[in-house]
Amino acid sequence: MRPILATNTHTLAVLVENKAGVLARVAGLFARRGFNIESLAVAPTDERFSRITIVVDAESASIDQVKKQLDKLINVVDIRDLPPESSALREMVLVRLSLDDEGQVDDVLQLVSGFSGAVLRVRGTDLILSLSSRPEELDAFIDKLQPYGLVELQRTGAIAIPGIE
Amino acid sequence: MEMDGGQALLKALEFEGVEVVFGYPGGAILPVYDSVIEAGLRHVLVRHEQGAGHMASGYAHATGKPGVVMVTSGPAATNIVTPLADAYLDSVPIVAITGQVPYGLIGTDAFQETDTTGITMSITKHNYLVSDPNDIPQVVHEAFHIATHGRPGPVLIDLPKNITDAMNPDSVMTWRDPVPVDLPGFQPVLDADQADIDAAIKLLSEAHRPVIYAGGGILKARAAEELRALAERTNTPVVTTLMARGALPDSHELNLGMPGMHGNYTAVMAMQEADLLLALGSRFDDRVTGRLDSFAPDAKVVHVDIDPAELGKIRQPDVAIRGDAKRVIAAMLDTLGSATVEDHGAWRSKLSGWQENYPLAYEDAEPGGKLKPQMVIEALRDGSPEDTIVASGVGQHQMWASQYWRFDHAYTWLNSGGLGTMGYSIPAAIGAKAGMPDRTVWAIDGDGCFQMTCQELITAAVEQIPVKVALLNNTFLGMVRQWQEMFYENRLSEVDLSGPVPDYIKLSEAMGCVAIRVEDPDEVEDAIARANAINDRPVVVEFVTEPGENVYPMVPGGKSNSDIVVPPFQQKETR
Repeated sequence: MRPILATNTHTLAVLVENKAGVLARVAGLFARRGFNIESLAVAPTDERFSRITIVVDAESASIDQVKKQLDKLINVVDIRDLPPESSALREMVLVRLSLDDEGQVDDVLQLVSGFSGAVLRVRGTDLILSLSSRPEELDAFIDKLQPYGLVELQRTGAIAIPGIE
Repeated sequence: MEMDGGQALLKALEFEGVEVVFGYPGGAILPVYDSVIEAGLRHVLVRHEQGAGHMASGYAHATGKPGVVMVTSGPAATNIVTPLADAYLDSVPIVAITGQVPYGLIGTDAFQETDTTGITMSITKHNYLVSDPNDIPQVVHEAFHIATHGRPGPVLIDLPKNITDAMNPDSVMTWRDPVPVDLPGFQPVLDADQADIDAAIKLLSEAHRPVIYAGGGILKARAAEELRALAERTNTPVVTTLMARGALPDSHELNLGMPGMHGNYTAVMAMQEADLLLALGSRFDDRVTGRLDSFAPDAKVVHVDIDPAELGKIRQPDVAIRGDAKRVIAAMLDTLGSATVEDHGAWRSKLSGWQENYPLAYEDAEPGGKLKPQMVIEALRDGSPEDTIVASGVGQHQMWASQYWRFDHAYTWLNSGGLGTMGYSIPAAIGAKAGMPDRTVWAIDGDGCFQMTCQELITAAVEQIPVKVALLNNTFLGMVRQWQEMFYENRLSEVDLSGPVPDYIKLSEAMGCVAIRVEDPDEVEDAIARANAINDRPVVVEFVTEPGENVYPMVPGGKSNSDIVVPPFQQKETR
């Protein structure tokens, strides 16, 4: 159940005008041009603009073409290709576990604190956890939880902004 | 000033200087049509919405002004999907107005509801769904701005009925003149960096076998004069793609003609053997490059385009220049100054040798045989005014028209290059004639294409837009038949249009045209003269042509341009 992430990805921070259908335009462009999206996160930054963080599978297309085609969309204002080493990049995951006994609960709570995650709900041996970190940390966290009967998980997809120069 | 959204739309179109709208009324656009009656513009009532779309395109290409098409929702909106896709691929500035069901009914599968903005998202440069009638003037202004700036293209405006209907309180708006557009995501870059211009000039001055690869962008940028000046200043031969015919006069000694799948031998081979391709407003279409990995193998590439996404999309250029062709060429000429340039004598004499050995040519008809389509086009060319506007459909007749017409003027050639839309010619010709009423406009059409859109001849007759149609009737879907002959062991599948119906003469006459059938080569000239003398109604001249005639030269699909096939009677000679 480990999420399969493409190894060669680019993280694009795309500033768009808050207009009806803008997400459909961006998603439709990726579909039409055969570019694969690894993850996509979007929310308004202010009244006029939203920022979309798109992680693109760079094997599926030339990243140069992806950026240029995106830039042709009238509602796309700015595109930044964020290098992973120098950018601030975060993703969040919610995990629901159904454990067998109290011993497992202790193990998992220890694991969560090792990752600086959070426990959102506990009911008996059922737990809901969260972790906000870099995507590879989320991978490792989920990996470690696999043996404990992971019931459900939801990742947000990465969000990113440029790092401090 | 208070008014309803329908009145505001017409006022907004007038504000943009629109003189002609091609359209068709219907339920959701009804309130707008109520305002058409008093509007200060011409409305051309078509017979099928697809025709309106191609008319808007033909009008735009011939006049240089954006074309406008207006139709209702649902099936009417889907009927303009083809012309929108066509205009998108050929970068033609048109603005489409579609009616939509009332805003509150959107998403309920209401009568004649389609998701028009969703359907057209990938085939328009941009589209709008307007919810507030007060937005109409500004949205229309933005739509015309987007359609005509940067790389041109179609823009669609979807108007829900409640905001245009005078009987609905939602439609009340206060007119305000549009303000200058503020589109932070649309800022076309027109001027190139001088460093890039310098790099291009350096490559050009080092080249021994340069070719200018001129595309439709030259015409969009109104850069025909600059192209000519650059070619002459640098002694550089020019190929003019299917979309650029007329960008440099065919009679100009530096014009090698059309390259590509059915280009002439010299134009194709000049690109193959070039050491520099100066691509100006062209996009390395597969119909031009043939098999990409063997296309122009020795050439360095300077690629100039206003759309940066074209730079490196297909072929990685050595110098990529983002900018408007007219301004970039002017900057190149400035940079060249009075520097001496090579005359490229050896290269040009090699090209002349090819032109001599492999001219565009066809064999004359056997005595008593059917008309050769190439001969008909030559006769049409020679018997019509020099600045005649020619529109073609798609197929063999399109290639022959491009090959055998002599395009000595820009904006005299209309065709569906990118999408390859059969049936384009008659409506496109009508659109061109509506915009340029004093010019002779011929549609060169095939019998397959004619049967797709000939109903627009009714429009031409009723609206008094006297276009002329040269119907090359070879009783086949000729291009498909040619491919079946060449690549499918002559197993002919569903390409026979021999009828016996329709009778094109009766059909044309029933639609209000003068109709002439020509079977005898001796009657060709007279028929053309007669047609050219008629100016009060549309004319259809049916030329009954040789069914087995093939288009040559030909680069078979997926093959290298170096594998170009010349006509059989030229193959005997040593290459």
